[in-house]
Amino acid sequence: MAPVVQIQDIHKIYDSGEVPVHAVRGVSLDIHKGEFVALMGASGSGKSTLMNLLGALDRPTRGIYKLDGIDVSQLDKNELADIRNQKLGFVFQGFNLLARTTALENVELPMLYGRHRKVSSAEIRERAHYCLEIVGLAKRADHMPNQLSGGQQQRVAIARALVNQPQVLLADEPTGNLDSKTSVEVMGVFQKLNEQGITIVMVTHELDIAHYCKRNLILRDGVVVRDELVKDRLIAEHELGKLKQAEAAAKLTAAPAA
Amino acid sequence: MRFFTTFLVALRALRRNTMRSILTALGIIIGIGAVITTVSMGNGAKARVEAQVASLGQNIITVYPGSFSSGGMRGGFGSSTTLTAEDADAIMAEVADIEGVSPEVRDRNQVLANGLNWNTSINGESPDYPQIKNWRIVSGSMFTEQDVKSLAKVAIIGKTVADQLFPNEDPIGQTLRIRNLPFRILGVLDVKGYSLFGSDQDDVVIIPYTSHMRRVSRRTNISSILIEASSSEKLDVVKQRVEDLLAQRRKGREPDFTVRTQEELAQAATETSKTMTLLLGGIAFVSLVVGGIGVMNIMLVSVTERTREIGIRLAIGAHGKDVLLQFLIEAILLSLLGGVLGILCGIGASELASYYFGLPTLVSTTSVIIAVAVSTVIGIFFGFYPARKAAQLDPIDALRYE
Ligand SMILES: Nc1ncnc2c1ncn2[C@@H]1O[C@H](COP(=O)(O)OP(=O)(O)O)[C@@H](O)[C@H]1O
Ligand SMILES: [Mg+2]
Repeated sequence: MAPVVQIQDIHKIYDSGEVPVHAVRGVSLDIHKGEFVALMGASGSGKSTLMNLLGALDRPTRGIYKLDGIDVSQLDKNELADIRNQKLGFVFQGFNLLARTTALENVELPMLYGRHRKVSSAEIRERAHYCLEIVGLAKRADHMPNQLSGGQQQRVAIARALVNQPQVLLADEPTGNLDSKTSVEVMGVFQKLNEQGITIVMVTHELDIAHYCKRNLILRDGVVVRDELVKDRLIAEHELGKLKQAEAAAKLTAAPAA
Repeated sequence: MRFFTTFLVALRALRRNTMRSILTALGIIIGIGAVITTVSMGNGAKARVEAQVASLGQNIITVYPGSFSSGGMRGGFGSSTTLTAEDADAIMAEVADIEGVSPEVRDRNQVLANGLNWNTSINGESPDYPQIKNWRIVSGSMFTEQDVKSLAKVAIIGKTVADQLFPNEDPIGQTLRIRNLPFRILGVLDVKGYSLFGSDQDDVVIIPYTSHMRRVSRRTNISSILIEASSSEKLDVVKQRVEDLLAQRRKGREPDFTVRTQEELAQAATETSKTMTLLLGGIAFVSLVVGGIGVMNIMLVSVTERTREIGIRLAIGAHGKDVLLQFLIEAILLSLLGGVLGILCGIGASELASYYFGLPTLVSTTSVIIAVAVSTVIGIFFGFYPARKAAQLDPIDALRYE
């Protein structure tokens, strides 16, 4: 089967400033359906730039990008928007939920812009609800973002990314704003989705977080310097179990001392 | 995206900022309210003028001394006051289809009665006057042709004069003094109210015009001639005949008189109130434009403030067109909201004005429809620039915006 993501010698040069910045310098990459990739690298190594290219938010200066067989590098603004809407799901570091808008309405958002579809508002609602269920937030459907914890907000964002059944889920530092336990919870959600066959590409600079993925890519100065499969992969469920035990132990030992 | 969903999105966005939405709409509310109020006051004033014109009597033609250009307002006295009582007699004698004629002599003077004194209009008229003016005498009677011939010192008085000089008694048969001459009061006129030009028509003493000319004002010419045609169809014919007759009596001299029908006078009066309405309406319109600029200002602030929201929408697949439409609809909804509230305020203000100041007002459907149309256009006009600005944002830049 052809890879979902296929990039060949892709370059990105920012020439808006005084000196042109060559942020991505010839990356070639195949990502197949069902993969779970972590993109790692130091700050400024071009991770976000590459993610923006993968996410069809930006066009490469040079090179070919085929998503699900479509040559994305040739599309115009509106066609890119449609690709983002129908083939991609985004999770951002800062959650980027609409303020003063309920979780459910946030999840509905991509379906409002879905073209070529005649989905009734009842079905939109139902599907948004279903996606909130997947991330375990069905009970919080009517909450506003400011009534939710960081981890819960990120799960709403994941539900929003899922709602149009994307080919690839893209996440730029999805755990960057979360504490370690919540990060593991979010990785658990990703692992569950990946088991259901969803392809995921995420950026992280945390090594332990990358260990929950199946494949790790290391980027340095705009080129991939390492591409390896993860050995001894961490399973979020187990790690959470261990964390719980540790917490319980802490309480047990703390109790008599008090 | 379907139009309806965009509409819902815009509505949600406005609801999220209820207070600001209302404040933004306030400019439009005041603008539209002011337009509605001024227009309805103008309409009311016009209606009142028309009612007053009707109450003045029908089929009336007035001859003024002096030659006026069109426009119809009377000049001052004494310019070329060559209109004489004989002119009036000739009209009565020679022009057909006439119900009545009254040579008028006007003056202001101090009147004394009952130990009280009062400055009022002293008008010399003929006995036809009450009939011509459709003005009833509520008690007593009008002086007669005989009184005119004998230069009788008799008078009828208006309600205001009666109230001022005879607060507690019946004025009929009493005496009032004009220039120290005693005039016997024969009758009191019905209440007439204010004239087209805002003067109290009841503040008047009417005496035979001959007595006025010989005894009071000592003049040989008259102020005007009042003529009643027998029917409205005859009005123009009679006017023409009067003009011809007077021209003939002047034997080729420059015409030194002007003949005006009631209708022409009314037109002049409504013309004034129309100008007022236009002027006030213009001011109100300016405030409407200011309100529109307010909408634009807030929408611009809103676009900047919601850059992230726009970035999110664009990132998940909104086209520039969708964002444009959303912000445009927001602007239009704001203006329309302002328009509707403005109409309600305008109607309320008109009611208040007519209640407290006794101003007649008439809210017209046309002005309401125009107000709604104008506020929609304002929404589109002033909303377009901010909306386009939002639509042209780049999703990555917008998402990175702090
Ligand atoms: N819009 C931009 N204009 C100019 N330079 C940029 C822009 N975005 C990123 N860069 C530069 O490109 C390089 C890679 O940035 P980025 O992809 O954000 O790195 P990372 O996400 O790995 O920290 C950096 O040197 C950064 O300064
Ligand atoms: Mg980055």
